Amino acid sequence: MTLSRRHFLTRSAVIGCSAAASPLLTPVSFASAPWDTRLVVIILRGGVDALDMLQPYGDPNYAALRTKLAGGPDHGGLDLDGFHALHPGLKPLMPLWQRGELGFVQAVSTPYRNRRSHFDGQDLLEAGSAGLGEVRDGWLNRMLQQMGGVESRTAFAIGQGEMKLLQGGAPTSDWAPDAALVLSPQAKLLAEQMMVDDPMFHDALAEALELSQDGTMGLADDADDMMEMTMPLPSRGKSHQKIAEFAAERLRGETRVAAFSINGWDTHSRQAAGLKAGFGRLSETILTLRDGVGDAIWGKTAVLAMTEFGRTVRENGTGGTDHGTGGAMLLSGGAIRGGRIYGQWPGLTEADLFDRRDLMPTADVRAQAAWIMRGLIGIDRSQLEQVVFPGLDMGADPGLLL
Amino acid sequence: MFSPALAEIRFGCGLSPDLPAITSVEDILQRLAGPDHMAATYQIDDFDSLLPRLVDFSRLRRDRRSARGSDAYDDLNDQFKSFRKQARSTRSRWFGQIIQRHGQTKDGFRERLALFWGDHFTAQGKSGLLRLMGAPYVDSAIRPHVSGSFADLLISAVTHPLMLHYLDQGRSIGPGSRSAQKSRRPKGLNENLAREVMELHTLGVGGPYSQRDVRQLAELFTGLSYNPKKGFQFRRNMAEPGAETVLGNQYGGDPAQLEPIHAVLRDLAIHPATADHIARKLVVHFVEDTPDPALVDHVASRFRDTDGDLAQVYAALLEHPAAWVPELRNVKPPLDFVASACRALAVHPQKLKRSSPKTLNKGLMTPLIMMGQRWERANGPDGWPEQDAAWITPQGLAARIRWAMLAPRQWVTRLPPPEQFVETSLGDFADGRVRFAARAAETQAEAIGLILSSPAFQRR
Repeated sequence: MTLSRRHFLTRSAVIGCSAAASPLLTPVSFASAPWDTRLVVIILRGGVDALDMLQPYGDPNYAALRTKLAGGPDHGGLDLDGFHALHPGLKPLMPLWQRGELGFVQAVSTPYRNRRSHFDGQDLLEAGSAGLGEVRDGWLNRMLQQMGGVESRTAFAIGQGEMKLLQGGAPTSDWAPDAALVLSPQAKLLAEQMMVDDPMFHDALAEALELSQDGTMGLADDADDMMEMTMPLPSRGKSHQKIAEFAAERLRGETRVAAFSINGWDTHSRQAAGLKAGFGRLSETILTLRDGVGDAIWGKTAVLAMTEFGRTVRENGTGGTDHGTGGAMLLSGGAIRGGRIYGQWPGLTEADLFDRRDLMPTADVRAQAAWIMRGLIGIDRSQLEQVVFPGLDMGADPGLLL
Repeated sequence: MFSPALAEIRFGCGLSPDLPAITSVEDILQRLAGPDHMAATYQIDDFDSLLPRLVDFSRLRRDRRSARGSDAYDDLNDQFKSFRKQARSTRSRWFGQIIQRHGQTKDGFRERLALFWGDHFTAQGKSGLLRLMGAPYVDSAIRPHVSGSFADLLISAVTHPLMLHYLDQGRSIGPGSRSAQKSRRPKGLNENLAREVMELHTLGVGGPYSQRDVRQLAELFTGLSYNPKKGFQFRRNMAEPGAETVLGNQYGGDPAQLEPIHAVLRDLAIHPATADHIARKLVVHFVEDTPDPALVDHVASRFRDTDGDLAQVYAALLEHPAAWVPELRNVKPPLDFVASACRALAVHPQKLKRSSPKTLNKGLMTPLIMMGQRWERANGPDGWPEQDAAWITPQGLAARIRWAMLAPRQWVTRLPPPEQFVETSLGDFADGRVRFAARAAETQAEAIGLILSSPAFQRR
């Protein structure tokens, strides 16, 4: 990056003499965002078991496949449509289902087949291409590349993990709530002055300090003094809630796209406990987002939660399931046409399965995301099929949006 | 113009208060030509020596899986977990060795080259114990070749089991091979490695090759394989019959052999497009993101004239005045920042050696994640970004500052006096603003943290 001295001088002039008194007061750009709806993409890393998220208790073969991991209304599942029951860990989302703000697409997958590696499966999910190694950027970034007026704050990757789906040529921002920088007033001032001749450092510092304020607003003015700086280590525990709070805060402002991950779905053993915790986190995340953005913005929001693959239809010997193929996708938000389960149910007889072990995918997860972006953001079908998801046939509109 | 401080900062591991700075370009090249003292003193296991552990680990994992639901499971599960924990601890130790090497070396250019080429030939384990074996790969397959011929380095990296695993070559089977004909399941070619060899390792993304060349190279590569027991293997039954034509030259034939694969790699290694690609990448990495074309040309022509003799290529880089532009224009990636900070602080080798894996993780390795560089987990085969803007993001800079403020007191018993540390860590690059910050900070830890956070220390 070349140092743009002119840019820096202009900025200094704007801040002017007040810089000394309040050196970190940066002008926040409230540029009009290129579109008004909000898209949140959550990557559920590890491979979510579709058959436990949406328990197909109406299928005559289901009960025999899942004995220890039995689901359906007789085992605590929440009936959705007389065929599928929702995992009880997602119970907090039932009010959304009833209001039509929660839906699912059953039996979807990426084009990834046979190998069942998390590493490759996630790479392909985020690349959005038909095969591995075909593109270097992510599909959500390519979507931004198609849109005019995108600025760095238009899209946020949140949290510590890499979000490859947002990486690429279009500008985006990264931030993790646990990245917050807490400096003493004196150290702030000195750091700012020390970096004044180096715009790249100076701007990044100013923005870091500004982003670090989020979440501490509403506290006392001297909140900084009360918080202690810690080593930069990713936080454990309730980070999903902080991420959702931060995402909501950005989405209330100029941000239109947010992406983050929720991990912990690789339930080879003790799946009952693992999914209870995982679905609890997912529920809290979605409710925190909704409460955080407020009714008006929630009304134009679509949340997509997707995973790299589903799991085996049969449970294994350790109370879990192994890597599979077809999975399910969760949709939420006021912009989606919820209260229903989309997709074509492939059945669970031996002949119905993929490779005699996995749920057979009946739709491409990319097509669902493409239709949502088509309706929500207005991007052309040809751009979606040729650039965002190269080579994808979107098929008929599944009608996921209101 | 050459200066010892600039040499250590731009082409080495940074300034040390204890170790004398290098005195000339000749000195840099002579040390690189000499023995690798750091690899001998701070050892990392040889990749092949770890193969038996790979086999043990796979067996344990298999046994554990088949014991599911039986009484034997709990015991096998405990064994599996403790094996994995130990392997992770070993990996943390290897990380510690790299920090030691950066801290103690008088041959810093070699450490930088090991990182540069390890990144150029990024390979990552995707499952099991292989996920933890990046450092042995770099030490075994890359480091011994960093000052030899580029062709040897290329062959060593591209045919290494970890690379074959990472870019799916081990599964690529010639459609006309015996293996494909015997198989009931559909098997076929995987172009991943062939494409990356041309796009990333040799000719470069705009290079003079077509999809047809990629396909032909992929067919020629069939047979490159490995197995956990023996390491690298050439498996003739996977090889596509017949000869292949890559960039107009014909290679191979029947019976399939390894030699034509080495031959195509040697030809790719000395291709003029490769010379341009490597020269540019070296200059971008060591000098600046938008490099002086004269410097790139100078390095590229030496590459061409010497058929990629890397020692000569580096000599061309280091002898050119544009390599010594006094302004520090690049930014240290997180690992280099942390390692150079440890060197500047003169963290004692015994301190690092005696630290537990957990301490190494929390104090050095895990903070890299927040700085945007999770160790050995670059995003893809193209490695870490060279553009400075990719690192100096709000989040990345916040993590650097936090580490700089807090980590030094964990690693040294007594923090150095700030006014002295400004001079020993920055040399001539200490400017008035850093000096002022060092003087005006309220605590010693903040002063040291500010110095380490300064653009003068972050850049090189």
